[in-house]
Amino acid sequence: MKKIAVASGKGGTGKTSVSVMLARALGENHRVGIIDCDVENPNCHLFFGSGIEEKRDIEVFFPDINPEKCVYCGRCQEVCAFNSLIVLKDKVMFFPEMCHPCRGCLLACPAGAVGEGKRKVGELIILKETDGIRLVYGIMNVGEARSIPLIDSVKKESCAGADYIVLDCPPGAACPMVASVKGSDYVILVTEPTPFGLYDLKIAAEAVGKLGIPSGIVINRSGARDHMIEEYAAAAGMPVLLKIPFSRKFAEDYSRGSINTRAFEGLGVRINKMAEGL
Amino acid sequence: MRIAVTATGGSMSAQVAQNFGRCEYFLIVDSDTMKFEPVQNPAAAMVGGAGPAAAKTVSDRKAEVLLTGIVGPNAQSVLAQYNIKVITGVSGTVKEAVEKYKNG
Repeated sequence: MKKIAVASGKGGTGKTSVSVMLARALGENHRVGIIDCDVENPNCHLFFGSGIEEKRDIEVFFPDINPEKCVYCGRCQEVCAFNSLIVLKDKVMFFPEMCHPCRGCLLACPAGAVGEGKRKVGELIILKETDGIRLVYGIMNVGEARSIPLIDSVKKESCAGADYIVLDCPPGAACPMVASVKGSDYVILVTEPTPFGLYDLKIAAEAVGKLGIPSGIVINRSGARDHMIEEYAAAAGMPVLLKIPFSRKFAEDYSRGSINTRAFEGLGVRINKMAEGL
Repeated sequence: MRIAVTATGGSMSAQVAQNFGRCEYFLIVDSDTMKFEPVQNPAAAMVGGAGPAAAKTVSDRKAEVLLTGIVGPNAQSVLAQYNIKVITGVSGTVKEAVEKYKNG
């Protein structure tokens, strides 16, 4: 099984378009799973009409403190690097948005007062397989501060029997992107030929480089200023895998829930070629 | 009465720090004698959760009143547990702030 992550520094460069087109191209000859890692704003499912096959809660650990056992010694507060626990003289306050569910408090408590609590942070959804493609995504609860536990949960979903897994990653180059990209065999960085696109591409490429994963570039809304990206790609030793020209028709189709490789002459062929080459 | 004031430095002539959780110092002032004790805020450089941790520091020093700029909701809830009276929107020097509070 090969895992291909589709990421970008800048948002709105076309990660989902590329992910869906790539999955469909690979799906012609292989079994493919798409994992939408953008749990804060998933959108791959908008392009698949298939119904929900399975839905389940995503839960994380929280310190369930037993007031009868607690001796208010303050040890849990000491070990918590994120200040999610404050021990008062007769009460322990817990701030869930700061907890990085590490269980340090549970290990450190001398009185055995910290229990294994579970709280729901979102949902995992698996769509029915269509045209050999299975889609998994997660939705984070409103108000949750940390998406990493959800990203880890959707990534754990095995997509059993798939030859390829395409991971549509959240934008940026911080923890959610790193958590999504980690463990993949190849990263496709989607960018656009603008100063913003280039700036954020560099940051994302550096993050991927530090993870030691080979990567290539897709230039979306390609046009007269492609040289900006191409010069960087050459200097960084990264291949430009594909260029997708700007097209109003493509954007209109997208906004109607359709990602259509027929919008351009030869795009389907080039996507297939890219997929083969990875 | 023990009054905690968030401060940019360790003396009574320091300015009142505007951000409760991230202030550099707390000055614990005895309003009767005007004697004070500077306490460095260990939460100032913390990655996250500075507010509740700072509230804990203030409560450990047995302050009854807190004078500061702004207090976040998490810090607020910890301070409330200790019945610490919170006055926000305070500015100027620490000395001025305490005197202003004493005079109502």
